[in-house]
Amino acid sequence: MIAHVTNNINYLKAKRGFMSWLVTVDHKRIGVMYLASILCFFILGGSFAFMFRLELWSPLKEFLTPDQYNQFFTLHGVIMVFLVVVPGIPAALGNFIVPLQLGAKDLAFPKLNLTSLYLYWLGAIIALYSLVAGHADQGWTMYAPYSLSRNPAVLWMMIAAFFLGFSSILTGLNFLVTIHNMRAPGMTFFRMPLFLWSMYATAIMQIFATPVLAITLVLLLLENFFGIGIFDPALGGDPILMQHFFWFYSHPAVYIIVVPGFGITSELITAFSKKDIFGYNFVAYSSVAIAIIGFVVWGHHMFVAGQSELADFLFSFLTFFTAIPSAIKVFNWTATLYKGSIELKTPMLYALQFLFNFTIGGLTGIILSILSVDIHLHDTYFVVSHFHYVAMGSTMIAFIGGIHYWWPKMTGKMYNEFWGRAAAILVFVGFNVTFFVQLVMGSQGSPRRYYHYMNEFQIYHQISTIGVIILATGLFMALFNLLASLKFGATAPKNPWGARTLEWEEADSPPVLYNFTKTPVVTHGPYAFDTEKA
Amino acid sequence: MATTATTGLPEHHVAHHFDSAQQEFDSNKMGMWLFLASEIMMFGALFVGALIFHTLHPAAFNEGSQHLDWRMGTINTFFLLTSGLTMGLAVIAAQSGRQGAVRLNLVLSILFASGFLVVKFIEYKLKIHHGTLPGRLWHGEGFHDPYVHVFYGLYFVMTGLHGLHVLIGMGLMTWCLIFRASSVQFNRKYFTPVELVALYWALVDLIWVFLFPLLYLIG
Amino acid sequence: MDNSKTFWLPEKASTFTDFVDPAFNLFFWISIFFFGIICFLIVLFTFKYLRRRPEQLASAQITHNLKLELTWTLIPLVIVMALFFVGIKGYFKMRVPPSGFMQVNVTGQKWSWSFAYPSGAVNDTLVVPVNTPVKLVMTSKDVIHSFFIPAFRTKADVLPNRYHALWFQATRTGVFPVECTQYCGTSHSYMWTAVKVVDPDNYKAWLDNASDPAKGKTPAEFGALLYTKRGCSACHSIDGSRIVGPSWKGIFGRQENCGPAGMVMVDEAYLRESMMEPAAKVVNGYQPVMPTYKGVLTDREVDAITAYIKTLK
Ligand code: HEA
Ligand code: HEA
Ligand code: HEC
Ligand code: CUA
Ligand SMILES: [Cu+2]
Repeated sequence: MIAHVTNNINYLKAKRGFMSWLVTVDHKRIGVMYLASILCFFILGGSFAFMFRLELWSPLKEFLTPDQYNQFFTLHGVIMVFLVVVPGIPAALGNFIVPLQLGAKDLAFPKLNLTSLYLYWLGAIIALYSLVAGHADQGWTMYAPYSLSRNPAVLWMMIAAFFLGFSSILTGLNFLVTIHNMRAPGMTFFRMPLFLWSMYATAIMQIFATPVLAITLVLLLLENFFGIGIFDPALGGDPILMQHFFWFYSHPAVYIIVVPGFGITSELITAFSKKDIFGYNFVAYSSVAIAIIGFVVWGHHMFVAGQSELADFLFSFLTFFTAIPSAIKVFNWTATLYKGSIELKTPMLYALQFLFNFTIGGLTGIILSILSVDIHLHDTYFVVSHFHYVAMGSTMIAFIGGIHYWWPKMTGKMYNEFWGRAAAILVFVGFNVTFFVQLVMGSQGSPRRYYHYMNEFQIYHQISTIGVIILATGLFMALFNLLASLKFGATAPKNPWGARTLEWEEADSPPVLYNFTKTPVVTHGPYAFDTEKA
Repeated sequence: MATTATTGLPEHHVAHHFDSAQQEFDSNKMGMWLFLASEIMMFGALFVGALIFHTLHPAAFNEGSQHLDWRMGTINTFFLLTSGLTMGLAVIAAQSGRQGAVRLNLVLSILFASGFLVVKFIEYKLKIHHGTLPGRLWHGEGFHDPYVHVFYGLYFVMTGLHGLHVLIGMGLMTWCLIFRASSVQFNRKYFTPVELVALYWALVDLIWVFLFPLLYLIG
Repeated sequence: MDNSKTFWLPEKASTFTDFVDPAFNLFFWISIFFFGIICFLIVLFTFKYLRRRPEQLASAQITHNLKLELTWTLIPLVIVMALFFVGIKGYFKMRVPPSGFMQVNVTGQKWSWSFAYPSGAVNDTLVVPVNTPVKLVMTSKDVIHSFFIPAFRTKADVLPNRYHALWFQATRTGVFPVECTQYCGTSHSYMWTAVKVVDPDNYKAWLDNASDPAKGKTPAEFGALLYTKRGCSACHSIDGSRIVGPSWKGIFGRQENCGPAGMVMVDEAYLRESMMEPAAKVVNGYQPVMPTYKGVLTDREVDAITAYIKTLK
């Protein structure tokens, strides 16, 4: 029999020492370790972007050679996608919050959870090793035959992505089972906070899409080592097949990226307007709808790649349907604000930014799915801007908002509100200055992955580079503000925001080892706020 | 091991974070199903790849396929399906608490699975001998189509990955046999390990049932 | 008609601009409309319902409104379906060339383009007559490239071992940039050329001349021409500076260190081998990335290039 563990000390203090973290199976500690790792990689990936944006100040050589430039955007893309945003919200905040919001003691498979963290670290170490193993310059898309050069750095990067993929599958599997089987008494599916619905939808995509990435990477590696000839045109293979495989994963992956951001936004907007979400069912189902539709639209990345006309036709048609659930969400969030009691705290500022940026990002996505227009816009900076609006401007912004929101719960400290808000505003301005001009230069015809560009685009690039300086200032300000609170912050109350989900109403800040001192019983919906009596 | 008062069955200890044995069982089983779903997606991609190659270079596919020995494939199909049957019997035995039958059926399944691997080994050896190896390793002679090596690339990737799954399955069965079947009393309330391994094994069977006609019979 | 560039789109020079630009603008204004509504509502609600005192609650809890929600499900649905038809209509026009087109074969390789005309002319820029449909049949010698003419609003990937076609009809004369938009390595961003749209008469004259480029030239002059036309200039300089490959300046007669192959004397035979089997002897310090020109350069052209290299002292 297991020795009885006292369950009234907070999880940070329950056990001590370095080892107690490394072998922990506590979902909260695993979440914290994920968060720290992911933020480190966010800074690393951002630093690469920062450096190549400085290089782009003029079309001439600033301080990077073309090869270094190519290597930098590859590393930037791979790190940001596989080490930051894909694991991002689920692995860091999801791990911490899912059991708390469900009223469970832990995830269904705590050891598996730790395994997935170790797989993440393994993948991360291999990815870092590939930085020194040579020049990986295949782009994050790894298209064959360019990626078949047997370049060791590229190979290591593929191996890294392989492990990161498994880590992601295991996280998804764990969440799906947990949400199905471990809800607290009274926690029906339709009383679940929308964050859980978004985790649910994300998990579906992680489980069904990621294995295809894994096998694609295995085939690419085998192609590199033995030349088995599946993707290599010189050996009779089909490079377009490789693109199909890649996007079969990577399109759902973009929704793996953004759907958790939807979840956070729903939490933030309700909590800071003290309002029930407008149209809970529509918002909940639309996450699942996006997850499902997301599986059949991958071909929109290949409109000029040489797939058949019929494929172009169908993929364009299907892609437009992703607009519907997204539109529902945007409008429902906006309607939630109506007659609320809105408080512009730091997390809310990020949530509103999310709405703003996501609308731009989504609408630019729609224009890309208009076939005739995409032929012009494909592989230009317009696409770059589109996906930064949705990945950085939406997902990462929601992530940062979520970190602020749950920070008191995770650490037991309150950060400084003034600096938090100031940073949020800088981030908003910086982000939009960086990426809005990219829309313009993209539709003007400036190709992406270009070290050397035409002089007429210099002004746009310079504005963009100035933007990233503002953006980086804001992000560092936010980070220091959070870190400073660990030492100087006031002690956080149990429910500083007056939110109504379980992690705030029932769990301490920070929560005890097994989350709750007694199993919570759920009697109301997640956003059952009172109304002002007239 | 403690026993419950009402049923007299030995009780399995439920992990700390679960409320009940039922919840634990449901979770484990669902986890396994989801894992299998992801496996199917992975193999599914390979099957799609093979079919596309078949339409691109039908002649190469046929020629490659003709050099596979369908008799060995048939024997292997027999081995795997029989082991699937004995695994199923092991689950039934576990549910009804017949520990001896569990062990016997596990041993039989492992034996049939090894039979499969032995045949596969012979087949691989022949391929190496004839030089019908993927890509750069290819030194096969007397083939007409220039792309037969891609067929063998696919053959080795698919059967290799499947063979790896057979190996893992055997490992799991052995684990069940040595660590579980000897220390835990299976009964109608607790038979999770056998059930999960059997589920996994069913997938290994299923994949082979598709692999066999695709590689050996289509040509 | 106004062909100059606008804030969003580059200058116009092909028939495709007739429907691509309106499609872009149509959705641009739809976007502005929705984006405007959403921003307006966010700002309005935020300030109207801003919390004025600490414990203030919401003034109403409205949980749903089916009619409203169906409205904002259906309106976007109708809009995107309309957009789909707009897109697909244009797309089929862009895919199917009208009859009577003229064909040019395009070859992409790291990092240059070459255009081969039925008459035998080969050139490094694309020269086409105005108001004539032109079909490009494209293939690559190494990795995937992509052929993009912003002013024509068209692009297509250029694949190894396959032919991928593209057509356009230029509407006015001029010189328009062509860019490679599929990442293809070190000099991807230098893989530029131009399409020169000329009057039919000028085109005829050019074609006659280009079809026999050696006419009236010494071998060395012809070699100098090939140096640019065949894309050698992408990798070899003639002034001694190092690009991707060794500079040609002063190499003739020099001893080259070719690693495992030892020291090699640069003579006629070696130069020919370097063009036909570039991987056979790789100069120390360089990557074996030079494509083979076997079956591409004729004997006469190899001799011309050799003669040209000899002049580069
Ligand atoms: C988080 C990531 C994310 C998200 C959420 C999206 C969302 C969408 N994306 Fe994006 N996309 C990427 C990440 C993402 N994308 C990446 C990384 C690439 C490039 C990869 C690479 O090449 O490197 C890419 C590329 C890409 C392309 C290929 C471009 C090209 O290379 O040529 C296309 C084409 O169709 C596309 C479409 C869409 C669409 C239709 C949506 C939709 O889901 C958007 C839906 C949202 C809305 C529509 C807004 C809200 C709705 C309203 C305000 C209501 C009003 C709306 C209407 C009336 C329409 N995306
Ligand atoms: C989610 C993914 C993601 C994110 C967040 C970003 C973030 C950024 N990206 Fe990137 N980008 C990609 C994914 C992403 N990118 C991908 C997939 C590609 C394609 C690659 C390819 O072509 O193969 C790409 C390509 C790409 C290009 C095109 C390169 C080219 O085609 O030549 C550019 C150019 O400007 C760019 C810029 C930026 C900038 C300025 C940021 C900035 O937003 C970065 C800001 C971050 C920092 C400055 C670090 C500081 C951070 C902190 C201090 C942490 C703060 C923490 C808290 C507040 C808790 N990116
Ligand atoms: C993709 C870039 C590239 C292109 C295009 C290219 N070369 Fe090269 N070339 C190289 C590189 C790299 C080397 C050095 C390595 C080697 O010897 O293969 C080289 C070497 C050579 C050499 C030997 C030089 C010496 O110093 O020994 C000759 C001659 C040559 N190239 C001729 C040509 C000709 C003629 C053309 C065009 C018809 C051409 N190259 C196009 C990259 C290129
Ligand atoms: Cu050729 Cu990029
Ligand atoms: Cu996509």
